[in-house]
Formats: sequence, structure tokens, C-alpha cells
Amino acid sequence: MKTSFRTIGLVFGREFRAYFATPLAAVFLLVFLALSAGLAFFAGGFFERGQADLGPFFAWHPWLFLILMPAIGMRLWADERRSGVIELLMTLPVRAHEVVIGKFLAGWAFTAVALVLTMSFWLVTLYLGSPDNGIVIASYIGSFLMAGAFLAISACISAMTKNQVIAFILAAIVSFLLVMSGTNLVLAALRGWAPAFLVDLVQSLSFITNFDRLTRGVLEAPAVILFVSTIVLALWINVQVIDAKKAV
Amino acid sequence: MQLVQASGLVKTFSRLRAVDGVSLEVSRGEVVGFLGPNGAGKSTTMKMLTGFLEPDAGTASIAGHDVFADPIAARRRLGYLPEGAPAYGDMTVADFLAFVGRMRGLTNAVLGERLAEMVERVNLTAVWNRPIDALSKGFKRRVGIAQALIHDPEVLILDEPTDGLDPNQKHDMRELIAAIAPGKAIVISTHILEEVEAICSRVVIIAEGRVVADATPSALLDAAIVDGQRPTLETVFRSITGSKAA
Repeated sequence: MKTSFRTIGLVFGREFRAYFATPLAAVFLLVFLALSAGLAFFAGGFFERGQADLGPFFAWHPWLFLILMPAIGMRLWADERRSGVIELLMTLPVRAHEVVIGKFLAGWAFTAVALVLTMSFWLVTLYLGSPDNGIVIASYIGSFLMAGAFLAISACISAMTKNQVIAFILAAIVSFLLVMSGTNLVLAALRGWAPAFLVDLVQSLSFITNFDRLTRGVLEAPAVILFVSTIVLALWINVQVIDAKKAV
Repeated sequence: MQLVQASGLVKTFSRLRAVDGVSLEVSRGEVVGFLGPNGAGKSTTMKMLTGFLEPDAGTASIAGHDVFADPIAARRRLGYLPEGAPAYGDMTVADFLAFVGRMRGLTNAVLGERLAEMVERVNLTAVWNRPIDALSKGFKRRVGIAQALIHDPEVLILDEPTDGLDPNQKHDMRELIAAIAPGKAIVISTHILEEVEAICSRVVIIAEGRVVADATPSALLDAAIVDGQRPTLETVFRSITGSKAA
């Protein structure tokens, strides 16, 4: 598969700047910071625990991302289709996968900015005590990978519609299912009738279960593989959707 | 060699056959006016010529490159103004044209020259650093033309380039098209018949997805002479497409 990294870079640059061209970026970053801090302090008992770790902070990330990543991803394709720019973009001498990758990386880089801004938390714990920095680093990497998986799914769904609201809602529902599949609620409902391997499979696909593993400080291969392969699969489907839309 | 070559293009949307076997050839130096009532299949045909839509049947090529088998090579030689002149509204005119130029593979040196030429030719000085969202319809359309011309392509496909322009702007646009026409093959869709007489060397009229006339404007008029009276293009257009479109 021929790939022009120049094209990927150009699409990335345009999309990344586009996030900051509207107040969306500021709103998103503020909401993310406020929610991740608020949840860690008030619902996570960040202080009351009396431990210098970021566990209560990272524990909320799956729940935050399942709303926030669809918000970042929803415009990537739906907006192009609504405005008609997609017609211009896809008649330039570019390949669909180059545009898909460029757009995804722009959203992912924006997420990285949001995560870097939360590192003040880390500084606070470093001041208050001595957190296990290995765990913090592993958790950040895990959080970034999980965000990428949510984002790739959101971008892929955005390619299927010209309506950003529909893209957001569908992506949030799919993300919710992927988070919930590891909870006892879902697993208990399955255990009654489903064969054990199916229960294990559903649990192994859960973003929460896999993310928890990473936040324990070990970059476990299965968890990393799950998130990376989700990204690759969702982007591959994204390319197929773009190509298929030519025929309708 | 024909710079634009399409044969037997067919496109069906659910049950509606939007384009029903359209064939078209355009050689260097020709400006083809693509006419037809609303819904006749003009835009759909243009989308297939540019490779944006895949036809159910038929083939299309640009400068000898099949738009589906060899899309990158075909698109390099093509400048396209889609219907409604879409553009990234959050970008300034300068940034947007530079983005399209770079996506088309222009080096920075060439891009600088081309941008300077576009400012002058398409007359964009006044809005050069304004966001596209803030522009009037006429300027948006001109930005759309500029992005189609940025790489000096051999083939231009312009879907309603003068739609929404005032009479002065329409005049400027026609002069621009006439000025660049000699080295290129240009296809223009329009509703405006006077435009066709002014700039087109050939007229292709389509109705209900089929080509119903393909001739020079004067030949079309001569063929319709009744009692020694040369009709207007509008009369010809109405008589050819009216019964079918009704």
C-alpha cells in the first residue's frame, strides 16, 4: 500500500489547527481538566485516601473518554460531508488511508495536549509524597492508548453520517458498550446462560478491565494489543466506509 | 488525445437513474458548456468524471488516465470546483489555497508563484487573510476557482462557477475562463445560457440523464432555424429539454 507521509502530515496539520480555530478546543480542555480533577477529588477521595498516587484520577478516564472522545471525533468526517468539502478533499491526488490516518492523528495529538495539561496533578502528588512514577507513566500511556481506541471508533462512525450529533451519540453508545462489557452488571447477565469462553471474551474486550491492568503499573501486552488493534481495526473500517461511499 | 473521455456512464440512486449512458469527449482548447434542467444529472456526471462517485457502468479518464484504475494520476491533471464551492470555512483564503497546493504536491517555491498569480488573476487581494466563512458568496466562488487552478491543471471541471456572482463578477469569471482556455480542456455546468454563447466552444445538453444534444452553439441554433428565423439558445434549450423534463 503506497503511502505519502507528506499528505498525512498536511492533513494532520490542518486538522490539528482546526481544533483551535473554534472555541471547541478551549471548552474541551477546560471540561476535561475540571471533570478529571473534580471526579478524582470528590468522587475518588484523592485526599482522604492519604496515599500519594494517581489511582483515583485515572480510574475515571474510561468514563470521561466515552463522552469526550466522541466529541473530538464527531466532526472529523461528518462535517466534511455536510459542508461538501469531502468532495474537494477526495478529488485531490490523495489516498483515502492517508486522510484517515492524518485526521485520526490530529485528534489523538489534541488528546495528548489534554493529558499533558493534567500532569499538574502528578506534580502535586510529587510535592505531597512520593508516588510510584513507574505506575504514573504506565497509566498515562494506558490512558493515551485507550483514548486513541475511543477516538478511532468515533472517527469511523463519523465517516458514516453527515450529522455530527448522530455521529456523537452512536460513538458514545459503542464506547459505552466497550466500557460496560467488563462490569459485573454485564458479566453477571451473561454468566447465567452464555458459555464460559464467551464471558471471558466479552470481559477481555472490556476497556475498563484492560485499562485497570495498565494502571497497576505494568505495560501488559494483552492490554496494549487490545487498544492498538482496536485503533487499527477502526481506522481500517473508516477507510472502507470512505471508499464504499463512492458507490452510493 | 482527448483530455476528457467518458463513455456510457450510468449511475442509479436507489430507484432513480440519475445518469443513463452519458458519453463525452473534450479535447485541448475546448470549453464545453454542460447544460440541462435541474436534476438532469449534470452534477452526478461531473462527480463521476472526477472520480468522486463510482459509476454503475461506463468509464471515465482524464488525460489518458482512468479515474478509477489510476485515480492519483488522473486527479493530478484535474482541477475541480464542486457544486457550491465548498471550502474549509475556518481557514483564511491564503492558508486554504496553500493547503490545497501542498496537497497537490507543489513545492514551496512553485506554490509561492502560483499563489501570487491566483491573487492577481482571480482578484483575491482584498480577502487574502480573511477566514473563508466571513466571505461573500462571490468571493467564496472565486476561492473555489483559485483552488481548482492552483496547480495549473490540463483539465478543469467547474460545477456552476458563476452561480451567485453579480453581473460584474460573472463578466470577470468569463474573461478568466476565456484567458486560460487555450491550453486546457474545460467542462462548465451552468443554467445561464448567455454564458454558454459567450465562452463555450461546444454545448452538451442533457435531460433525464441522457445526452440530447452535442454541438457548437451556432450549429445548435442553425439546426433550429424555422422560417429563416434563428431562435435564441433559450428557445432551443426549452424545446429540447422541456417535454422530457416536464
